[in-house]
Amino acid sequence: MELINIFIKSIFIENMIFAFFLGMCSYLAVSKKVNTSMGLGLAVIFVLGITVPINFLLNKYLLQPGALKWLHPSLENIDLSFLTFIMFIAVIASMVQLVEMFVERFAPALYASLGIFLPLIAVNCAILGGSLFMQQKGFTELSEAVVYGLGSGVGWLLAIVFLAAIREKISYSNVPAPLRGLGIAFIITGLMAIGFLAFMGIDI
Amino acid sequence: MASKKQREILFDPLFENNPITVQVLGICSALAVTVKLMPALVMALSVMVVLGFSNVIVSLMRNYIPMRIRIIVQLVVIASLVILVDLFLKAFSYDVSKQLSVFVGLIITNCIVMGRLEAFAMDNKPWASFLDGIGNGAGYGLILIIVAFFRELLGSGTLFNIKVIPDWLYEHGYLNNGMMLMPAMALITVGVIIWVQRSFMPQLTEKE
Amino acid sequence: MKLDRNSNAYTYIFTVILVTVVGVILTAAFSFFKPYHEKNIKQEKMSDLMYVIGLNKDALQDAAESQGLSLSYELIEQYFKQYFVRQIAVNEKGDEVSGVDVFNLNLKAEMKKPAGDQVYPLFIAEKDGKKYYVIPLYGKGLWDDIWGYVALGEDLRTIVGIKFDHKAETPGLGAEITTEWFENRFVGETLFDEQGNFTGIDLVKNLENTADKTDHKVDAISGSTLTSNGVEEMINERVRHYEAYFKKIKK
Repeated sequence: MELINIFIKSIFIENMIFAFFLGMCSYLAVSKKVNTSMGLGLAVIFVLGITVPINFLLNKYLLQPGALKWLHPSLENIDLSFLTFIMFIAVIASMVQLVEMFVERFAPALYASLGIFLPLIAVNCAILGGSLFMQQKGFTELSEAVVYGLGSGVGWLLAIVFLAAIREKISYSNVPAPLRGLGIAFIITGLMAIGFLAFMGIDI
Repeated sequence: MASKKQREILFDPLFENNPITVQVLGICSALAVTVKLMPALVMALSVMVVLGFSNVIVSLMRNYIPMRIRIIVQLVVIASLVILVDLFLKAFSYDVSKQLSVFVGLIITNCIVMGRLEAFAMDNKPWASFLDGIGNGAGYGLILIIVAFFRELLGSGTLFNIKVIPDWLYEHGYLNNGMMLMPAMALITVGVIIWVQRSFMPQLTEKE
Repeated sequence: MKLDRNSNAYTYIFTVILVTVVGVILTAAFSFFKPYHEKNIKQEKMSDLMYVIGLNKDALQDAAESQGLSLSYELIEQYFKQYFVRQIAVNEKGDEVSGVDVFNLNLKAEMKKPAGDQVYPLFIAEKDGKKYYVIPLYGKGLWDDIWGYVALGEDLRTIVGIKFDHKAETPGLGAEITTEWFENRFVGETLFDEQGNFTGIDLVKNLENTADKTDHKVDAISGSTLTSNGVEEMINERVRHYEAYFKKIKK
């Protein structure tokens, strides 16, 4: 089934972190503990799951060349695609604002531990990347966009939780001083990305 | 003559406060465009332009922006600049714009731009902000070029699409390291760069 | 009366001004840059079409220099019109369809229609007294779209030139489809048999006899199975639709 295909592909084969390296900033900064990583990952799934479909609708009915013809046939020649970045970002920024308020109200402990990285989801490359890739892929149905958004989020969550788990364990190893912390995190991520290459090209 | 403070603003981000290896910002798109030197260079220049000018614009506006919509205003400024850069590339540097495609858009969410706006431009004068933007753009560009250098050299045997590895090496069994073309190796390369940098600058090493 | 920066009124006014200014600047920039962008796209298309009939960038450059001119967009367009004498669209049954803007036809959008409703663009060129038939290609690679052009000779069977391009194939692997050595593997192969029936082409791994140009087999790129499959699928899918038309004009 096409939807399942999109979902699985976006988690493993087109993983936001390991294939496209989007969302690395918060990924590397927050992945020191599994708990916070989980929290951030869930926030990312939520934001992606909502912004990708909304941006899909925006793209379909407003932005893409010829999109405005539902309003009036004479408007068919208008091409507003150059406003894509701004509109997508506006949607994302508003969504993140909402998420922030929600988390602050219902999960104050998580809110405290995430600190600045919750609002930074607005500039998390993975979120905008999700919408831009969705636009590139040319989905025709809303359901495809929903599934793609959720899948991308799940892929991101898996990646950050894996890295956090490894980083927690590696604190017991003898890493050379200049490599400690950030350096080894990069190398671990690189190795995990190589591992994920095994998924490339799988067609379900 | 630039003051000491201004020189610090401009040159710190090259090493001491490098946006990628120290501030941990701007990694996302950086890794994907470093397969070859040409797109890396264009990306670095584009980021420098956007960083410099968005810093100036926000700095000029800093006393007028309402707090409540601060982030959105910053994003609008950045997004508009990026759109202009993208339009420019598509019109005058078409081949390169094809390679950069979706990643030009990702300059908007390049954490460095937002990060510097928040950390510097909102509280400093326009000229200083401009220098900060250019400096950070240069620091970012530096890492991009180093990574792209190794990836293109080892992965394709070329530099700026000119073949540099001599044919006789290939005839003796040397092969391009296809792995270097994969983004995974870019991560490992940055890890090594951090290793080297911190070996020379122990003050940057993380405490146990 | 000075407005408080954080009051509602101020926020609204600020937003309106900002949105207006940004809107004006972007729209102006867009109108300014768009013609150049479109020219680039057109120029690339014409260059690619001329490439597959044997006129690469160097050849065009030489021609320009011999005339004492520089290779501008206008000159490229002039050469294009000189060589490409006809642009037609045909349907599945082999009839010509009129009223189609062949050069600007959006192939990707056209392909979404059912095969019976589609029109298939064909570029006919004449160079050095020989005729060439160029078919535009479009398909899916591993990560994103791939496209290209294939030029058939006067026998309406043999590939005399071919070009590929892509959006996001893997650098060093799938992305190598744009290289000359990959294109040369196709040149000389045939896509139809002597009766004009479609035979297509197979991209095979580790082809033994690569010099054999009658076997309808082309050596694929090692390590890029999926992009190679995409290329094979693209060529076969697109070219088969021209069988009826080619049979008609052969007579």
